[in-house]
Amino acid sequence: MTEVAANNISLSWYEASARQRIDALVDSGSFAEFIGPELREMSPHLAIFDLPEQFDDGIVVGRGRLDGSPVLVATQEGRFMGGAFGEIHGAKLTGLLRAALALKQDILILFDTGGVRLQEANAGELAIAEIMRAIIEARCAGLNVVGLIGGRAGCYGGGSLIAGTCSRLIISEQGRLSVSGPEVIETNKGIEEFDSRDRALVWRTMGGKHRYLIGGADAFVDDEALAFRGAAIDALRDGRRCDMAVLEAEQARLERRLQRFGEAEDAVDIWRTLGIADPSDVPALPTGAFLRAANDRENADDAR
Amino acid sequence: MEKLSFRLTAPRSAGGSRAQAIVGVVASGNLEVLLERNLPADVCTIDIATAAHGFGMVWDAVVRDFVARRSAGGLRISINDGGARPDTVALRLAQGVRKIEEPER
Amino acid sequence: MTLDDILASLFPNGSRIETTGAMISGQAILPDGGPIHVLGITQGQPLGVDEAIVLAGRVIEIVKSGDRTPILVLVDSASQRMSKRDELLGLSEYLSHLAKALLLAEAEGHRTVGLLYGGSAAGAFIATALATGTLVALPGAQPAVMDLPSMARVTKLSIDVLKAKAEATPVFAPGLDNMVMTGGIHVVWDNNAPLAPQLAAVLQRPQGQDDRGRLGAERGGRRKAAEIADRVVALATVSHQDAQHG
Repeated sequence: MTEVAANNISLSWYEASARQRIDALVDSGSFAEFIGPELREMSPHLAIFDLPEQFDDGIVVGRGRLDGSPVLVATQEGRFMGGAFGEIHGAKLTGLLRAALALKQDILILFDTGGVRLQEANAGELAIAEIMRAIIEARCAGLNVVGLIGGRAGCYGGGSLIAGTCSRLIISEQGRLSVSGPEVIETNKGIEEFDSRDRALVWRTMGGKHRYLIGGADAFVDDEALAFRGAAIDALRDGRRCDMAVLEAEQARLERRLQRFGEAEDAVDIWRTLGIADPSDVPALPTGAFLRAANDRENADDAR
Repeated sequence: MEKLSFRLTAPRSAGGSRAQAIVGVVASGNLEVLLERNLPADVCTIDIATAAHGFGMVWDAVVRDFVARRSAGGLRISINDGGARPDTVALRLAQGVRKIEEPER
Repeated sequence: MTLDDILASLFPNGSRIETTGAMISGQAILPDGGPIHVLGITQGQPLGVDEAIVLAGRVIEIVKSGDRTPILVLVDSASQRMSKRDELLGLSEYLSHLAKALLLAEAEGHRTVGLLYGGSAAGAFIATALATGTLVALPGAQPAVMDLPSMARVTKLSIDVLKAKAEATPVFAPGLDNMVMTGGIHVVWDNNAPLAPQLAAVLQRPQGQDDRGRLGAERGGRRKAAEIADRVVALATVSHQDAQHG
């Protein structure tokens, strides 16, 4: 057994590339990629739109070790096509999840995605469905599927639905988790419904702090690769089941959320209901103070 | 997409022993550079797919300067370009040869 | 076909199915005399937190009853509800929860069949129709990820240009034929023939693996997905053996 070593250089998860995140997340030198860029498996559909391709189609999948334990890892590159799911991109993750089931290995998904890639929308949409099915199959076999959210593109659209099937979610303040993006809501329902240029509103409604407070994520971490690594190690330690008991608990948890917060106009109202003394200060709180203030948050333990 | 190909004689061969390296990302004003060590030590090829049409002369100048000044012999270099400026291209190429020289872990 | 026509053609032996607002729920008798649960969303309504939690609750009730009977999910919806309230409350969890309920129902021994008889789009489509074991459609159904005008806005291409590109590939444009070609829809039923035997035929299919990638490859609409996924599995397996023995 080789000595476990992580890169200990400070790295902003938000700013880092997909490959930098993998290098910082898993044990140093342990990562081996499947279908790497040298195989040039690029999107066959972008040429129709005269758009440039990327050698890995915006996702890196492979195996590595986390604190000595073997894991499978997928990481999206949010700067290429917004990290969106196309045919190849999605199929690489589908394959990795099926491999996880076959090899009985836990899997980490480093989300950084705007959702389905419109230039190959049908293929992307089906990839999302195939991935969700593969995640549930892996989870029913007792495996952990852990999602990490803190990239530039956030975790939107179909990506957010995939996240919802994970056994555990780790999020940073910068991580946004939402189905419809701010611009999509504004375009479809008007600026009165959602002003996408109001960045404070976007973070408050979709950002990591709010998601952690309502139980939409399980761990809240600094925007630091080492913090994500630590939380991922913890997440793999407590195994999660996926059965009818968990589903029933989730039903009760989500019903309770509607009863408790269903009338709220804004995230601040929800935070006040949670008993946070100065709810409007939440966005400004540093991580330590935020976690103390979040003591009475809703959580999804055994209900995800 | 516009495709460009260069095959140049390289005065110095690439250092290190890594078989390949990749740097950058395909985004607006950015590019990715894939380097593979699989050519004779005095040859460097550079294949470019670019979203910005009509800049063949600029690419010609940038890649000739790169091969003349850096250690690029033996490298097959492939570029997907999202319309990067010449200085960004030069930076990524330099990052690429540095990366393929890094010791293997 | 209207919903009433569809139900009459599906269940000549009778059904007890109620529509409350946009939600469908009830039971029916199959031609062989066995029961089938029916639920779904109708009238082209969006799927938000309030609808998703009701549908998921219904699926959980069915599974808890332990009867292992088939579940038919009828879908004529819009997309997910696009609102501040739904996102504030965590819509992604509600949609995933509904999808999980359908997937777990299948794992617990219920056949799940989706019947797309109207529209559906984006998150609503993923959480309902695409989470069933077999998805079928009626002629005239309109699955979409995004409508062409919205797609034109986002891609900054005119609708005419998009329509021309859509002639060359089924991979991006909305529509039933494209979703069939890419393998998302197993079969389009014949609405001039009784639906009951067509449903019975679907229920006869052996239950098993997700075959949408293979269908997409065979039909030519999604040529790469199945191959890429298979290759990743093969590479992971070889790599795993190397890591163990190397």
